[in-house]
Amino acid sequence: MIYGYNGRVLEVDLSRGSVKEEKLDESIARMYIGGRGLATKILWDRLGRRWDSIDPLGEENLLLFLAGPLTGYYPGARICVSGKSPQSNGIIGSTVSSEFPVELRCAGYDGIIVSGKAENPVYISIFDDDVEIRNASHIWGKKGRETLASLLKEWVDRYGWKPGRGLLKEPGVLYIGPAGEKMVRTASVMSKWTHAAGYGGYGAVMGSKNLKAIVVKGTNPLPEAKDMVETEKLIREIWRLHLGFNNMRFRGTAAGFLSVAAATSSEPVRNWQEEWHDRIETSTAYYEARLWVKRFWGDFGCAITCLKIACIKSGRFKGYITDNPDYEMQAYLGANLGIFDPESVVYICALADELGLCGIQTGNVLGFAAELYQRGILDENDIGFPLRWGDVEAFAKLMHMIAYREGIGDILAEGTYRAARIISARKGVDVLKYAVQVKGVAVGAHGVRSGLDYTMETAYACSTQGGDHTSVANIPLRSGRVDLRESGALFADSAVLCAFNSFSVEGDIVFRLLNSVTGFGITMDDWYNVYVPRMLSIQRVLLLIGGPDAYWKAVEDDDNPPRFYDPLPSGFKAGAVVDREKFEKLRREYFESLGWDKRGIPREDTLVKLGLSDVADELKRRNLLR
Amino acid sequence: MPIWIARDYPRCTGCRKCEIVCSLKHEGRIWPEASRIRIFMYTPGLEVPHLCTQCMDYPCVSVCPFQALSVDESTGAVLVDRDKCTGCGKCIEACPGAVPFIHPRDGYVVICDLCGGDPECVKVCQEVGYNALVLAKLDKPRPDFDVLKKGYARKPIDVAKDLSILIYGEEVI
Repeated sequence: MIYGYNGRVLEVDLSRGSVKEEKLDESIARMYIGGRGLATKILWDRLGRRWDSIDPLGEENLLLFLAGPLTGYYPGARICVSGKSPQSNGIIGSTVSSEFPVELRCAGYDGIIVSGKAENPVYISIFDDDVEIRNASHIWGKKGRETLASLLKEWVDRYGWKPGRGLLKEPGVLYIGPAGEKMVRTASVMSKWTHAAGYGGYGAVMGSKNLKAIVVKGTNPLPEAKDMVETEKLIREIWRLHLGFNNMRFRGTAAGFLSVAAATSSEPVRNWQEEWHDRIETSTAYYEARLWVKRFWGDFGCAITCLKIACIKSGRFKGYITDNPDYEMQAYLGANLGIFDPESVVYICALADELGLCGIQTGNVLGFAAELYQRGILDENDIGFPLRWGDVEAFAKLMHMIAYREGIGDILAEGTYRAARIISARKGVDVLKYAVQVKGVAVGAHGVRSGLDYTMETAYACSTQGGDHTSVANIPLRSGRVDLRESGALFADSAVLCAFNSFSVEGDIVFRLLNSVTGFGITMDDWYNVYVPRMLSIQRVLLLIGGPDAYWKAVEDDDNPPRFYDPLPSGFKAGAVVDREKFEKLRREYFESLGWDKRGIPREDTLVKLGLSDVADELKRRNLLR
Repeated sequence: MPIWIARDYPRCTGCRKCEIVCSLKHEGRIWPEASRIRIFMYTPGLEVPHLCTQCMDYPCVSVCPFQALSVDESTGAVLVDRDKCTGCGKCIEACPGAVPFIHPRDGYVVICDLCGGDPECVKVCQEVGYNALVLAKLDKPRPDFDVLKKGYARKPIDVAKDLSILIYGEEVI
């Protein structure tokens, strides 16, 4: 047995309708931990040699749902969703909170590998050792809330009460909305009503496999920890540290709507044409007074509970419910579309949840379309109606068209990068310069121009996950904390825990917990010197191989969106811009710190040292190592 | 001195730290389905802490054919004698809130023992400031309090329905 692990991964082949268990080797667990790290290993081994021919939305792609050794132990449980991304054509580790990962671990598995494609809509049902592929035609086409309600009712009616045994708690559920079914590249994998694994577009991958949902129930304990006494002590210590993270506890990330714009000038406003505003109605005070019906809302073990539930109880948007909305949603579906009114923001965020769309990626493509309308490149004939900044009904309508791939929605459903290529070709104008994305992934709502946010000039340009704001390429790699730079994000996504729950905790405590659970004895030095370069090198190589519908060039595509080289037009940081010389210097330093050459290709000696000589051989075969 | 755990349902955040500390104390493991307090969430946002409320007529204790259940004189908690319990489930049927359940591995019935007077779930909920669980004390057994206490002995689905109207303004289950 391996402490902290079940040592078993479930393999579901939807083409054959077969289910089997695969053993997780201790040596693999020790080298790749779990979640995103383990995903790089599994995807490299199984698809690496023919990576460029694998269509992310085709039958051959793999869809991974992987937990890690700290899932359920570290306060704030998450599951990592990955595979070949239909956005970046590389690997993206996309995580989502809920009790799903805890149920999965208690059912006796460390993860699920889904392969193939079902002939008809199905969902996977896991109840301890009992795994079934079930018909999902009755929920196919249904929106989020109805899908979840229907699956939970079905399960509770069947297993929720057993005479003589008592009640069982409801299972954990991951599902997709209509957007995932239509293989919209900005679709997310959803949990509860509002939780989403958005980056990567894995909702579309689920849809491409005709997989509507996964329902899991486990009645066993979490896998045994090596030293439970020390583990409990550390969990309680982390809870206490969370109490000091007051702003996040009381206002959630919702406080960012005003502060990221007014204090750090790094919020997307009207497709990043500006990054500053001081609209007072974006303050949390308005949400608190008018909309929040639950002040603290969390998932398994979380002491921060940054989520707050917003519900509109009257007026034209009555009945819409979402979380805070959190900062990224407010920024991308609010300010980025010129929408500032709290109720309108809650409405459009709730709509994105219901349709199963990633608010960041979808907000970005909506803003992109609106800028093209503003510039007269797209007109009412193209869209079907005027698309003016701030018109929430118009954006809601376009969001529906994206989710169901109707009209121009069919093009925008390809995500900002691909939509820009299609529109450029059709209109004969280069619109890629208005696409604020890196390697197919729309950048998160933390701009780099003002220099006041946590994101550096290289943050998105050099990240192996493109525009992902939860895994940014900041240097130095070593920060001593599990934060959002790639070196920390990799830990959060591999041990699989919520990074928001580790900001206020010294890295030392996090590593002690990892070791008390697993007994691996991994030090922070090991992490920064070996684990980070190992996992990132595999991600980087597969990202550069890419294909079959998008390829990235080293250096040339390791750059900021063109917009970031336009000076900020407004606010107290007006005139601020990314300095190309400084950026290029940072980029070289970043690559160097990982043992990569000046083009960002892992050096042969680096790969061999990391135990990745097979990756080096593949690079040679492909003539990438020169 | 009899104690019991009062619940302020709308304040429950669903963080489930109560499940973690309860199962650590009683099982030595993190084990949500063996925790004496369990959070039911049939609908997101409507989390219901579900545990024994120590009804003063103790229908579970009186129905047990094997005298496996008894009342802790100092706290009023229902104690389970694992050697006598056969897992027949009669107490589960007798409970107005369907609170007891059979242990997923060991087969005997699981009921909150109030941790001998200092419940872990209450401490953790208070420490973090959510206060969904509050420790109530009585100087002596008061039968007139029974109606009040029995108000908590309800099935989670029924609590969730009321909670839905309170939180969302309508039934969304």
